[in-house]
Amino acid sequence: MYDMKALYEARSVGEAVALRLEHPQAKILAGGSDVLVQLREGRLAGMEFISIYGIDALRGVTIDEDENIRIGSLTSFSHITRDPIIQKYCNVLGEAVDQVGSPQIRNIGTIGGNTCNGVTSADSASTLHAWEAIIELTGKDGIRRLPIKDFYIKAGTVDIKPENGEIQTAILIPKESYENTYGHYIKYGMRNAMEIATLGCSVNVRLSEDKSIIERCRIAYGVAGPVPMRCPTSEALATGQRPSAELYEAFAKSVISDINPRNSWRSSKAFRQHIAVEMAGKCLEEAVRRAGGEA
Amino acid sequence: MSAQYKLVRFNLNGKEVEKMVDVRASLTDMLRNDFRMTSVKKGCEVGECGACNVLIDGEAFNSCIYLAIWAEGKKIQTLESLLGPGGELSDIQEAFVEETAIQCGFCTPGFIMTTVEILNAGKLYSDEELRRLLAGHLCRCTGYENIFRAVKKVMYRRLGKELPEA
Repeated sequence: MYDMKALYEARSVGEAVALRLEHPQAKILAGGSDVLVQLREGRLAGMEFISIYGIDALRGVTIDEDENIRIGSLTSFSHITRDPIIQKYCNVLGEAVDQVGSPQIRNIGTIGGNTCNGVTSADSASTLHAWEAIIELTGKDGIRRLPIKDFYIKAGTVDIKPENGEIQTAILIPKESYENTYGHYIKYGMRNAMEIATLGCSVNVRLSEDKSIIERCRIAYGVAGPVPMRCPTSEALATGQRPSAELYEAFAKSVISDINPRNSWRSSKAFRQHIAVEMAGKCLEEAVRRAGGEA
Repeated sequence: MSAQYKLVRFNLNGKEVEKMVDVRASLTDMLRNDFRMTSVKKGCEVGECGACNVLIDGEAFNSCIYLAIWAEGKKIQTLESLLGPGGELSDIQEAFVEETAIQCGFCTPGFIMTTVEILNAGKLYSDEELRRLLAGHLCRCTGYENIFRAVKKVMYRRLGKELPEA
């Protein structure tokens, strides 16, 4: 038995919002692969919970009327990886979430839960930052959308307003962000499964029509700071340039001025800085290759 | 909390069942205590070891981190479903026996149910893919090699292909 004070079950977004307003102290339970584990550890013992897992309307990937990729917040990692829309337009996201935990965890874990935890190491987070995803929240006043960089406030804290009954309902990737864009994600961990990233790096590029110039380059890290972060210096450095081995190297070195990793039991700061440089170069090279360009 | 119960209706191993269940119960709790599905093992209880793995609508889930009430309307399959009418073992279990993929047996039901999901895809996976697909289970006896061999063997058998020489 889980040590819960009470469990409320929402079957629709409306019910979830109403329950949240009625029980502002209650924690939201999506797939539970973090929350139920923390309950077992005693960290959330004796609290109230609102289960939203049963809201099937929040599952699936679609292209909405504005041509955004719309990922329902309860879509599991394995379903994101297998989804034809993701495979066509944002394959790197499917590859990134395919590195979470284990097959069973990828069947239960949701992208909404992954982002609402506000954890810097979340495998989806760096790619969603690099693709400038939009977070959609639904509350008593309707829908609120904000860029993912504003959603993450600090480690473990995201911009959700329980007092407004808000829950996260979707993650959107705008057309301007995914069109003609190709990316690559590298997770560095000590083992190949059931592992939290020591560092995660996601790079994507859009090349000019003749594939000779990097029109746009975006890079984001997980675990390079308290929340996932972009590297504006490195992005500016690569934008408008021809792909070349020298560019990859300069790009890789430049990430140091933007990132701020820390010492933790998982890894030292110096080691994280070292692999951040290596990963940036490799990610950019692979992203360019996938976009059809060459150095 | 004071006990809070809820009626849950689902399909267990091909049979429609229902139960009034404590909302605090995990699916492992319900399957073991209310339905005597003792192949569902209590291991780590935090979703790391895979001993409690069952199939829900054909996908593998660690039932220790799955609420019993979430079973509503789902099709749940445990190892018990593989038993033949005359008590025969399934081809997967036979392969596990042949390859000595079992020692203490505690991880075995979980591994076998993941194997069911893998084989249901009807694909020929590479060794690397197979290892990744089996990565959600801990075994402290066998060192994994025999388990890997058993799964690979039955995958080839089902596809009617000859197992390549190791």
